[in-house]
Amino acid sequence: MSERAAPVTATEEQRDDQETPSEEPSEADDTESATDAEPTPVTTGAESVVRALENAGVEHAFGVQGGAIMPVYDALYDSEIHHVTMAHEQGASHAADAYGIVSGEPGICLATSGPGATNLVTGLADADMDSDPVVALTGQVPTEFVGNDAFQETDTTGVTMPVTKTNTFSSEPDRVGSDVSEAFALASEGRPGPTLVDLPKDVTNAETDREPDEPRTPDTYDVQERADPEIVAAAAERVENASRPIMLLGGGVIKGDAAEVCREFAIEHEIPVVTTMPGTGAFPEDHELALEGAGMHGTGYANMAITHCDTMVAVGTRFDDRLTGGIETFAPDAEIIHVDIDPAEISKNIHADYPLIGDAGTVVEQLTEAVDESPQATKWRAQCQQWKSDYSMAYDTPEDEPVKPQFVVEALDEATSDRAVVTTGVGQHQMWAWQYWTYTEPRTWVSSHGLGAMGYGLPAAIGARFAADDDQEVVCVDGDGSFLMTLQGLSVAVRENLDITVAVLNNEYIGMVRQWQDAFFDGRHSASDYGWMPEFDTLAEAFGAEGFRIDDYDEVADTIDAALTYDGPSVIDVHIDPQANVYPMVPSGGDNGQFALTEDQL
Amino acid sequence: MTDEQGLDGPAPGERPTPSGRRNKQGIRIDPEVEAKHEPRRTVISALVEHEPGVLAEASGLFSRRQFNIESLTVGPTDDDERARITLVVEEPDPGIDQIKKQLRKLIPVIAVRELEPDAMRRELALVKVNAERPDQVAAVADMYDAKTVDSSPETATFEITGARQKIEAAIETFSQFGIREIARTGTTALARGTDDTAAPAPAESTANEANNTPYTQPADDD
Repeated sequence: MSERAAPVTATEEQRDDQETPSEEPSEADDTESATDAEPTPVTTGAESVVRALENAGVEHAFGVQGGAIMPVYDALYDSEIHHVTMAHEQGASHAADAYGIVSGEPGICLATSGPGATNLVTGLADADMDSDPVVALTGQVPTEFVGNDAFQETDTTGVTMPVTKTNTFSSEPDRVGSDVSEAFALASEGRPGPTLVDLPKDVTNAETDREPDEPRTPDTYDVQERADPEIVAAAAERVENASRPIMLLGGGVIKGDAAEVCREFAIEHEIPVVTTMPGTGAFPEDHELALEGAGMHGTGYANMAITHCDTMVAVGTRFDDRLTGGIETFAPDAEIIHVDIDPAEISKNIHADYPLIGDAGTVVEQLTEAVDESPQATKWRAQCQQWKSDYSMAYDTPEDEPVKPQFVVEALDEATSDRAVVTTGVGQHQMWAWQYWTYTEPRTWVSSHGLGAMGYGLPAAIGARFAADDDQEVVCVDGDGSFLMTLQGLSVAVRENLDITVAVLNNEYIGMVRQWQDAFFDGRHSASDYGWMPEFDTLAEAFGAEGFRIDDYDEVADTIDAALTYDGPSVIDVHIDPQANVYPMVPSGGDNGQFALTEDQL
Repeated sequence: MTDEQGLDGPAPGERPTPSGRRNKQGIRIDPEVEAKHEPRRTVISALVEHEPGVLAEASGLFSRRQFNIESLTVGPTDDDERARITLVVEEPDPGIDQIKKQLRKLIPVIAVRELEPDAMRRELALVKVNAERPDQVAAVADMYDAKTVDSSPETATFEITGARQKIEAAIETFSQFGIREIARTGTTALARGTDDTAAPAPAESTANEANNTPYTQPADDD
C-alpha cells in the first residue's frame, strides 16, 4: 500500500485542476505548445511511454498501480494526464471502454503484470466484441525473467491475443514510446478495438532519449474508405426499386460518426429505421420512422419490419446472433446492402448481396449521391406504423404490486436531458433500460453488448463521466447482481467526486437467468435466487456516496429528482417487481418474426 | 406467475410469415432446392512480417474460428523481414473467404492470396521403413523418385518430394514393408510463371477479393 501513497496524492492535486474546467483545456493547450516549442527531453522508456500518450492528446487514464508498472506511474507523476486510480483493474478496462465510447477517442487503462493484466481481460474482451477504442498498458517482469515463471509473470500478450485487435511485447527502450503511439493509432483507425502494449520493467526503466513517433498505423494496415462505385450504383438502384425497405443501423454508424448522414438518408427517402443494440442513438427513437431496436429483446415492430422487408440497408453491423436469431429466418425476403469498414464482416453471418466496404459515413454519402428517386413504399410505412400500434410496449402498473422496472426507467428518462448518458450492467435491467428509455443522440447508450459482461455499469459510468460534457447527466441503470460485481468502484466515484447516479433495479435475483429458468428449466431457480441482498442505499452511504431507496410508485419521481440533484455519486436501491420479465423475446436461434409477448408463447 | 407479465399483441401464430429462407451460411435460398456448399481443398499463401508471434497469431485465429486447416508451413523468403505462410484448408467457399479475410486483418500480415488450382505445390516426407526386403524397398523408392537418406541393416529412410497425392501414394506402397516412422513437412506452394504468389498490394485488392467468386475447380495435382 505504501507504494501507492504517492500517486494517490498526485491524483488529489490533479483533481483540483479538473474541478476548474475553464482552466483545464488552456493548461492542456499550454502544455502542448510548450511541448512543441521546447519539449522536455525524455530520459527513460517510461517517460517515452507517457510522452506518447501526451502527444496523442490523452487527458485521462484509468488504472491500478503495481510492481512492474511502477516506472510508468513514476513518469505519470509529472504529467498533466489525470490518472484515475480504480478499485480493480476490471473497472479500469471498463472505464476506459466507456470513455472510448462517449468521447470517440481511445480510452487508456493501465495495470501491472500478472493479476493486474489478467484482471483487465474482461474489459478488453468487451471492447473487442463491441469494437470500442481502448489502449491497455501493462507492466511486465524484466525481460531477463520473462519465461521463467517469475513473480507476477503472465504471458500477457498470449492471454490477450484473442481479445485484442493487436498487441505488442515492447522489448526495446528506443521503440517503447513509438509502440504506444502505434497502439493508440491502431485502436481508433479503421474498425476500432482494444490494443495492448506489454511493458517489461527493465525496458521502461532503461535510459533512452528517443522521443516517440507520432501515432501512426503500420504500413501493413490498410483501411478502405470508399466503396466500389459500381456496387454503390447497383445498391442505389435496389433502394430505388424497393417496396419494403428498411435501414438497419449498427454500432459502426456511431463509431464512424455517420449518424447524421444516415438520418438524412432515411428521412429524405422515408425509409423506416431499425437499430441494433450498439447502434442505439444512431437514429432518434422519437422520430416517426424509428422502429427502435431489433433482435432478442427488440420491439415487436422492429422485428416484424426486419422479417418482412425486401431491402435492407445495413450499416456498421456484424449481424450478431442476438440480432439475427436463427440465420435461416433472418430477413429471408431481403436483398442485403451491407456497409462495413471491415471486409471480414461482409458475408460472415449473413450473405451480402451488395457488399459495400468502407467508412460508414463516406459510403452512405456515396449512396445518398447515387439514389435519385425514393422508393415507393407508402403502404410499407403504413404497415410499420400499424405494427407499432399492434405491438405496443405499454405495460400495466397495478398499484398493489411492487414497482415495475419499466416505470423507473421511464421516470429516469423523464427527469434527465436528451443528452444524458446511460450505462448498464447486463441482464433484465439492461434490456428495460434499452427498451424504455428514448434515445435520440449517439454516444448516450453505453453497454456491454457482445460480451455481455455483468458489472460493466458502474465502472462504465466512471469512464463516461470523464468523457461526457458537464451538462450531460450520467446515469447507471444497474441490476442487483451486476452492481454487486463491481460496486467497489463507488470508492473511486466518491474519491473523484463524480456526479453519477446509479439506479439499482433490485429484484434479488439474477433476473434474466430466473426468467430463462421459468421458461426453459421448469422454474427451477438454481443459483439465480439471492433471496437477500445488502441494502444498497446503506452500503452507498458507507462508501461516502448518497443513498436512496424506492419501494412505492409515489416515491419514484421525487427520489429520482433528489438523487440526480445530489452533486456527487448517488445510489438508488429500487425494489422492483421480482416477477417482472423482459418481453418481447426471441429465444436463442429463434425466428425474429415469432417473438414471444408472454411466457406461454415461448 | 406470469399472468400479469408480458405484452399485448397478436400471438406468433396470428402473424404473417415471409416465404423465403436462408441457409446456414446466411445465403438466401429457394426452399425447394437448397444449394449446398461442399467443402473443397485449396491453398492459401500469406506474406507476413518475419517477427515473433506471427505464427501463434495465425494458428490461434484458425483454432478460435474453427477453420479446418490441413497443413500449415512457414519459412523465410528472399526478404529477411518477411516470411511466407502456406496453408492447405478444406472448407466450403464462404469459409475459405472468411479465412482469407480474417488472416488479412492480422496486423503483421502483408498479403493473402488463394492460389490458382494449377499452382505448384510440393511437400517433403521422410519415411522410415523396415528393410528386410532391400531389393523390393529399393524398387518402390525408385518408382517414386525417393532418395535414400539413411540406411541400416534393419531400416531404410527415404526422402520423397512431390504433390500431396504422390506422397500419399508412396506411403501407401511403402506400407507393405512396415513403416516405422514418418515425418511430413506439409504443403508449400508458389504460383506459376510471372504470377505473384502473395505480394503486397494496394487496399482496393482487399475489396475486390472480398467480392470475388472463388475458384471452384479442384487442383490439377491434388
